[in-house]
Amino acid sequence: MKSLTQYSVNSVSENKYNFDVIVIGAGHAGCEAGLIAARMGMKTLIFCTDIESVAMMPCNPSIGGTGKGHLVREVDALGGEMGINIDKTFIQSKMLNTSKGPAVHSLRAQADKHKYHEEMLRTINKQKNLDLIENEITDLIIDKNEHMKVKGVITLSGEKYYSEVVIICTGTFLSGKIFIGDDIRVSGPAGLKGANTLGDNLRKLGFPVRRFKTGTPARMLRDTLDYSVMKEQKGDEKIVPFSFLNEDKVYDKDQISCWLSYTNEKTHKIILENIEKSAMYSGNIVGVGPRYCPSIEDKVSRFSDRKRHQLFVEPEGLDTDLMYIQGMSSSLPVDVQHMFYSTIPGLENAEIVQPAYAIEYDCVDPLSLRPSMESKIADGLFCAGQFNGSSGYEEAAAQGLIAGINAVRKIKNKDPLILRRDQAYIGVLIDDLVTKGTNEPYRIMTSRAEYRLILRQDNADRRLTEIGYEYGSVSKERYERYLVKKNNVDSEVRRLKNKKTDIDKIRSFLIKYECELNVSGLSEDMIEKRRANIMETENQTFADILKRPGINYDDIYEIDDEDRPSLSFNEKTEVEVMIKYEGYINKQINEVEKMRKLESKKLDEYIDYNSIGGLRLEARQKLSDIRPVTLGQASRISGVSPADINVLLIYLEKERRSAD
Amino acid sequence: MSETITAISTPPGEGGIGIVRISGDESENIMRRMMKNHPDFIEPRHAYFGKVVVDSSKENSEVIDEALFLFMKGPHSYTGEDMLEIQAHGSNVSLRKILNAVLACGSENVRMAEPGEFTKLAFLNGKMDLSQAEAVIDIIKAKNDISFEIAQSQKDGRLSLFIRSIREKLLDILAQMAVHIDFPDEDEENTGTENYDLTVNELSSLEKDIEKLIGTASIGKIAKEGIRAAIIGKPNAGKSSLMNAVLGEGRVIVTDVPGTTRDTVEETASLGGMPVVLVDTAGLRDTDDKVEKIGINRSMEAAASADIVILVTDGSEKPDEEDEKLISTVKDIDPEHVILVINKEDLGNHYEREIESIVRRYISNYTVIITSLIGNAAVDAAVRISDTVGEILKYKNINIRESNIISSQRHLDLLYNALNNINECIEMIKNGEPVEVAELSAHYAYEELGRIIGEEIEDEVLDTVFSKFCLGK
Repeated sequence: MKSLTQYSVNSVSENKYNFDVIVIGAGHAGCEAGLIAARMGMKTLIFCTDIESVAMMPCNPSIGGTGKGHLVREVDALGGEMGINIDKTFIQSKMLNTSKGPAVHSLRAQADKHKYHEEMLRTINKQKNLDLIENEITDLIIDKNEHMKVKGVITLSGEKYYSEVVIICTGTFLSGKIFIGDDIRVSGPAGLKGANTLGDNLRKLGFPVRRFKTGTPARMLRDTLDYSVMKEQKGDEKIVPFSFLNEDKVYDKDQISCWLSYTNEKTHKIILENIEKSAMYSGNIVGVGPRYCPSIEDKVSRFSDRKRHQLFVEPEGLDTDLMYIQGMSSSLPVDVQHMFYSTIPGLENAEIVQPAYAIEYDCVDPLSLRPSMESKIADGLFCAGQFNGSSGYEEAAAQGLIAGINAVRKIKNKDPLILRRDQAYIGVLIDDLVTKGTNEPYRIMTSRAEYRLILRQDNADRRLTEIGYEYGSVSKERYERYLVKKNNVDSEVRRLKNKKTDIDKIRSFLIKYECELNVSGLSEDMIEKRRANIMETENQTFADILKRPGINYDDIYEIDDEDRPSLSFNEKTEVEVMIKYEGYINKQINEVEKMRKLESKKLDEYIDYNSIGGLRLEARQKLSDIRPVTLGQASRISGVSPADINVLLIYLEKERRSAD
Repeated sequence: MSETITAISTPPGEGGIGIVRISGDESENIMRRMMKNHPDFIEPRHAYFGKVVVDSSKENSEVIDEALFLFMKGPHSYTGEDMLEIQAHGSNVSLRKILNAVLACGSENVRMAEPGEFTKLAFLNGKMDLSQAEAVIDIIKAKNDISFEIAQSQKDGRLSLFIRSIREKLLDILAQMAVHIDFPDEDEENTGTENYDLTVNELSSLEKDIEKLIGTASIGKIAKEGIRAAIIGKPNAGKSSLMNAVLGEGRVIVTDVPGTTRDTVEETASLGGMPVVLVDTAGLRDTDDKVEKIGINRSMEAAASADIVILVTDGSEKPDEEDEKLISTVKDIDPEHVILVINKEDLGNHYEREIESIVRRYISNYTVIITSLIGNAAVDAAVRISDTVGEILKYKNINIRESNIISSQRHLDLLYNALNNINECIEMIKNGEPVEVAELSAHYAYEELGRIIGEEIEDEVLDTVFSKFCLGK
């Protein structure tokens, strides 16, 4: 499946060993980092151990989901590639959580894995200033005399490449070890070649490198599954693209389906009888795995009262025969896998093409990073993606993009882009990683965001595109497009807030929507009461009407046909949310203001926390290690108590006064 | 360099000794400057006796007083900083002069302490946590056994425990909501059906718990601010004598000229273990005297707003119209909260039965004490009144040791905020509002409760809490 012959690697220019930015790894973080650096005018080089690994999806064949879909939108709003790439290559699209409010609507698309990789590779090849080389990096060139300044990288063959900054995006390739029962192999994901030297060399340089673990389920041959006994999961009829650039596009392609099935007591019995054969239970794996994505042996043994667990069968693409068995990752031996998979309705005769496996890899403790994603240990070294202890393609892409932007900002001697928790899920993600650290592969979730009502997927461009433009990651074309949209939305909100129409029209409209439609479960009496209430309502603006439950923006068209502008789907959504949830959103904005006070208090990087009287010992150690940039960040460090924050408040006040 | 703060730490008024307290880096310098013939090396935690002067470096510096100088090196001090105590004579003049000398000692870094600032520093320097600090305020301010016990129970963490348990339950509810939001694809057999009836039930039960706690605030208020007992009676019936007997001091001038007490006089006494504000009213009677009339009006008001009414009558005189009028004022008062004192038992004529028959026209089930409010009999009567008040209050079933009692306005406000947010959450779920919006209210409730136990940070809260400290503490 090697595509080296298919796509020629860009010819390396005459000054072949000197670059502005070098990116190690071409996964979802590496691609974003490399592309944005090149787009921001830097001479950039990406290394990968295998050309197949470019934007490879070694686990689930989908992009987005709760929280993750928000990240993709944000990456897109800042000028990243992931949203555009999945829009080109999705084979099913679904908006999740539509039964809930707009803040937690989340987009998820099934991807054609191979096409996703191909499209990204094509984009990279076409990108000016950007080179891609297939070679393993074994070490960094670091000047220990100059604040551990990174100068470049060394390849397996001993060549030295020099650059101003280096971005590490090694994913699960660093000293990767695959476990299938007692079969243990040194390998990168999906059988690709790993990078086995760099991790140890980073340890020697003093980086806090540790082991994490993750797992992936079996891939099965499409035609050997019985779909008649599984429940079909179709995509949405109305397809919403990820990228704001594709807002106006109409998608009417055929979508593939996924399939739902369940384990049963037989499955659980086989797993429990063989559990000691699992690499996870034999003690071979030292790495820590994620709680939110447990292996099937974990699910069965930890929740023994459960009669069944669900699994989804998902196609890996249009032109492939592979089906991904979501929810069933395992590190049991192949023969046991055959036994338990075949107990599941639909999988009785399935042919396993690639067994489930667990993979353990080197990653760095993200507490050793600054909020800019630059390492505190080596000057000019940025880190992104799974290497930082996160998991997920979207989390990786988000970090890669920010690391890329900030690498360029560093070269240009400009302040880094640090998004706050009230500005973006990206801000939540990075702040969590560099402030709280993580003991398991970190996944974004909407409940990690305090300001969920503000951080919606529908307004990611409103939150970030202008910032991206200011920091140089957003093109003029995207920015101008955004301004048009923003203006359309704002003026429509203004219009709805001012416009009224004939009271009789409004009353008959409300009677239709509140007494004739939307009345399931209501008694005749209650409907009569509603009717009486409506007949007494005073005249009101369209905005007021839109605030009523059960009435949507499109409904109002009936009584608002004069000067109504024609808006895109996303614009309509945004208008609707801005009006309907105005009260709640404002309440949250007030909360944000409170936090901003702490966020605006900056902490100097060189504060000697040991000299500040009153700080408890644990707080002193944590603050000295993590070196928070603001008081707000300090307040989120575990082990730093409110009392400690007050001591810091006093300290800052004293400093300010003595400076006056 | 940090600021150094100072204040007179003993209560105003004359006393054997008075203390000026100093906290901050300048403490040691101030001692060198203000102690005449100070030693070269000042040993911490060592009491030095000497003359207090404005500037020891000057030969003829004015001697203010003689005092004990006590220097403490931080962190081994109340505030955790360097501290100096100048223990001088407790005269206002002397203490004010010392304070002025400290403030004028030449360093711009010395200033007056804000109210409560010493304890605030102790808190900020990690010497105590928020709820402890609040309990310290209440312990200092406790005027009686019960508020003292409430404060001690709070300091021991009984309230924290209760708040924590409510917060834990809220957290479970929040987690349940979060799982549906973040894992919409999950098997409902795993996450539970997305039916929020159960959530509403759980929230309603928390609502009741919080309401119950809020209900204790009236007891807490009584404990902290005291119960009001109005003493009413005809002029010269012995109201002031009664008050003096209960207080055990000559606070109120007692004469045999009717109408001596023209205004109301308030004093706090501990009766039956409870703080009771005794309100001595002017004699109640018809009068043309303008001032006297105002006094009577005040008496009527005092009686109406009191928790307990002590009706003092003269048992040696036959009750007349005025007595009837006076007695009729208790008709709207809970009879269990009325103590009828029939005074002047020593004077021979006994009209107890007549007086009681009038009282019974209006109320029954009151308490009667027949006594003479002079000498040992007065002491006796005071004890009986104290016991009776104790019994009346016991009837309210206050069991301080085993209950959580809210005695802080700050806690009460936060509990109300939490309650309102839970309420809002329930309403939103019932109205079918988006779950992530409803969740937010539950989350706010969680935070409000956290503020009670100091698990949320807010400078404003700290400022409010510490401004309640008496100056200098």
